[in-house]
Amino acid sequence: MSAKQVIKITVNGRAYERLVEVRMTLADFIRQELDLTGTHLGCEHGVCGACTILLNGEAVRSCLMLAVQAGGARLETVEGLANGNELHPLQRAFNDQHALQCGFCTPGFLMTAVAVLKENPAPTREQAREAIAGNICRCTGYQPIIDAVVQAALELRGSQREQSK
Amino acid sequence: METANRTAYIGAPIKRREDFRFITGRATFVDDIKLPNMLHAAVLRSPRAHARIHAIDTSKALEIPGVVKIFTFDDLGELAVPVPIRMYQLAGLERHLQPLLAHDKVRYVGEPVALAIAESRYLAEDALDAIEVEYEDLPAVVDVYEAMKNEILIDEAAGTNIAAVHEFSIGDVDRAFREAEYTRREEFRVHRFTGNPLETRGFVAAFDGGKGELTVWGVTKLPHLNRQTIAAFLKMPERKLHFIENDVGGGFGIRGELYPEDFLIPFASVKLGRPVKWIEDRREHLMAANHSRENRCQLEVAARKDGTILAFRATVYGDMGAYVRTHGGLVPCSTAALLTGPYRVPNYQAKIHLVVTNKTGLGTFRAPGRYESCFYRERMLELMAKDLAIDPVELRFKNLVRPEEIPYTVGVTRPGSAPTVLDSGNYPSALRRGLEEFEYEKLKPLQGQLKSGRYYGTGIACFVKNTGGLEPYEGARIVIGDRNDVAVYLSISMLGQGHETAMAQICADALGVPMDWITVYHGNTDTTPFGWGTFASRGTVMCGSAVHLAGQKLKQKLLSLAAEQIGVAAAQLELREGKIYRLSTEAAPLDLDEIVSRVRHSGTLNQGLPELEETAYFHSSQMTYSYGVHLAHVAVDAETGVMEVLKYLVVEDVGRAINPLLIHGQTVGAAVQGIGGTMLEELIYDGNGQLLTGSLMDYLLPTSTDVPDIGSVTLEEAPSPLNPLGVKGAGEGGIVGTGAALANALSNALVSYSIEVKNLPLTPDRIRAWISGRG
Repeated sequence: MSAKQVIKITVNGRAYERLVEVRMTLADFIRQELDLTGTHLGCEHGVCGACTILLNGEAVRSCLMLAVQAGGARLETVEGLANGNELHPLQRAFNDQHALQCGFCTPGFLMTAVAVLKENPAPTREQAREAIAGNICRCTGYQPIIDAVVQAALELRGSQREQSK
Repeated sequence: METANRTAYIGAPIKRREDFRFITGRATFVDDIKLPNMLHAAVLRSPRAHARIHAIDTSKALEIPGVVKIFTFDDLGELAVPVPIRMYQLAGLERHLQPLLAHDKVRYVGEPVALAIAESRYLAEDALDAIEVEYEDLPAVVDVYEAMKNEILIDEAAGTNIAAVHEFSIGDVDRAFREAEYTRREEFRVHRFTGNPLETRGFVAAFDGGKGELTVWGVTKLPHLNRQTIAAFLKMPERKLHFIENDVGGGFGIRGELYPEDFLIPFASVKLGRPVKWIEDRREHLMAANHSRENRCQLEVAARKDGTILAFRATVYGDMGAYVRTHGGLVPCSTAALLTGPYRVPNYQAKIHLVVTNKTGLGTFRAPGRYESCFYRERMLELMAKDLAIDPVELRFKNLVRPEEIPYTVGVTRPGSAPTVLDSGNYPSALRRGLEEFEYEKLKPLQGQLKSGRYYGTGIACFVKNTGGLEPYEGARIVIGDRNDVAVYLSISMLGQGHETAMAQICADALGVPMDWITVYHGNTDTTPFGWGTFASRGTVMCGSAVHLAGQKLKQKLLSLAAEQIGVAAAQLELREGKIYRLSTEAAPLDLDEIVSRVRHSGTLNQGLPELEETAYFHSSQMTYSYGVHLAHVAVDAETGVMEVLKYLVVEDVGRAINPLLIHGQTVGAAVQGIGGTMLEELIYDGNGQLLTGSLMDYLLPTSTDVPDIGSVTLEEAPSPLNPLGVKGAGEGGIVGTGAALANALSNALVSYSIEVKNLPLTPDRIRAWISGRG
């Protein structure tokens, strides 16, 4: 048994306080301790991006961090993306564009895309292609994922204009 | 009746209804299953490629608090059976089955040696570090030609590394070669790579000691056969095993076959009386899950001077790895089986050597053998075209089987199977369509041209891919409940293909109800007791046909019951979009639910049975053949060896498209997988049998910037006569020609260097070596 430490963490707006083993990865903590199993592990060495979450708004690979390193942080996972039954524009766009087949990589792509669109709300198709190049999908060939990111960006910009009126 | 054949849903690009749980993070993959009192397993794997085991000491591992048990070979007792072969069981292969845990020897890096069980995965992995194994190294052999010398034996008892040899001959090959005006002989090689689904393997087993029943999750490609095999292993009645299909993160051939772990985890659960979970990590996956493809082929062609092919003679050497796994000799045998492709080759002879080496065992990966043989054949055609000064496109048109020759019998090319018969198609038409769509004539003048520092080339590969069949049947059960609730139970599982949408489309049309009434269930051995599985692009062909038949049967039953109640002949009724119409009257239609509800509660109608359901099985021993063409346009930097794919197109005829959106997705995804496999991926071993590509930093999977947008044209010119829907499978056509088209494009680009590609992969270092004359 390795040493344990108490961490306080906010995930999808909910505050948690847990005693965790210091060697436990953030991904395992989210999945096993918080039962938020939407975050997936594809490689456990930081290459595939399936475990991507937002940590204080930034996309990070939760398999490469320890849970204790995230103490005090604000996390967002795929489970927090929809607003109740209302899907996030990215989620809708993934369905519209057939941007998932087996769906295992999808949460990682969605969270990466959330961060991408925050930084660049109007990506061109080539910028969208570059922006998702750190995540691996084995099924779709990426084309529809790129299309989904572009579609969601358009929709999000539209709704922002709506709000600013 | 004109309306009887009308379809509302088949052919429509309907968005996937299964997406919701995946995009919201609510899917259930095997690692998401959490049971009370569950233990966790980790596998100790051999770090040596070839060694004798002298001792295994588990005592230190067992001292770690939380470590429950370490199983080694001796613990298996009478259950120490090897993993059986399920197909292509050629005589001799049975000498090379994989034991569940190594005992006397280890034969590849990654071979399971012990199983640690603990209260967490972290603790189970701690236990692995504390197990001491005493090995005595033996020299390893990693090359088929070296292995065939039998100087180092993988299995001493077998006395040879040639596990089996299979031969067949069609026509009079010797005479064709004797009389030919032109012959050429080449040796080609396809490298070792594999499917790498993004979700690694995993297995959960929960033994209920009270009932003596075992429930398992995780091995979902062919649940029924897997259940049968695990039940036989545990000496349990089959019905006491419940195979539950969870969501699956991709299959591509390798996932869902039985591996040693799939026996060990249920065994551990039964022994310990607690649920046990095992999740593979990526490093394990790369060294333990099936590898694929790797083989060599000595190919000879005989032809007339005008380019008419007279004969092929092929000698295939399949590198099976250390153990022959569930697919038996499938991969090398399938390489030979479709080597003639869509061409008229009247004389064909093949000899296939299945050779064991100190590497991971071989299994299928999307279009197994066909990717390989397409590369061999299409490269040979290009070489032949150059020798005979014939345009390579013209050479293909000359030799493609013509529509009027179809059905075209190739002959018996698969061991123990009926002859290979190309069932339907217009091959020249598909090639023409590909050339037009790709604007081949515009790109042709660029062949071999140097522009802005890069050489340009275009490559073509024609293909056929057998789909469907393989195992004799699939089934579907359709149950109609109250309030317009229609349940479709499939005998097959889903690994991401979209069955929940496509099968609902088929059911809606066959039964005559709105698609949103329908829910599709799949892959649970309790709800569908008989079935095979999802592989060989057979899901829609086999199970889709069963859904269609069951839907039609249920519709007839419902119409008869309705006819009885309203006193008209059933032939005067029609079921459309959930309403029963009386033909030749203007009367308002009846709600189906009304009829269903009356029948269910009458106690007399429907022979007094409350259930309204039908089951149908679709049987087929023959394969349907999808076909088409791949075209690639590339630019190559001769200084760096970097090849960029500028344009790529796949044209495939699938007979009839159930859902174009899903087919397009399959084609594009498969093409990208094939491009990655051809240009980036290789499972590399050093001379000592150490795997050098054990992480995704060494084994490179394609990312979004490695590939261009893929063009995909789906044709429906030639419906298959072999099933009621006319469909052919669409899962593999997108990958078959990738190696061939890219190798042809590269060879055409580098024509000024006289480079003729005969080996894959097409990585920059290898291209660079060929350019500098070192390859």
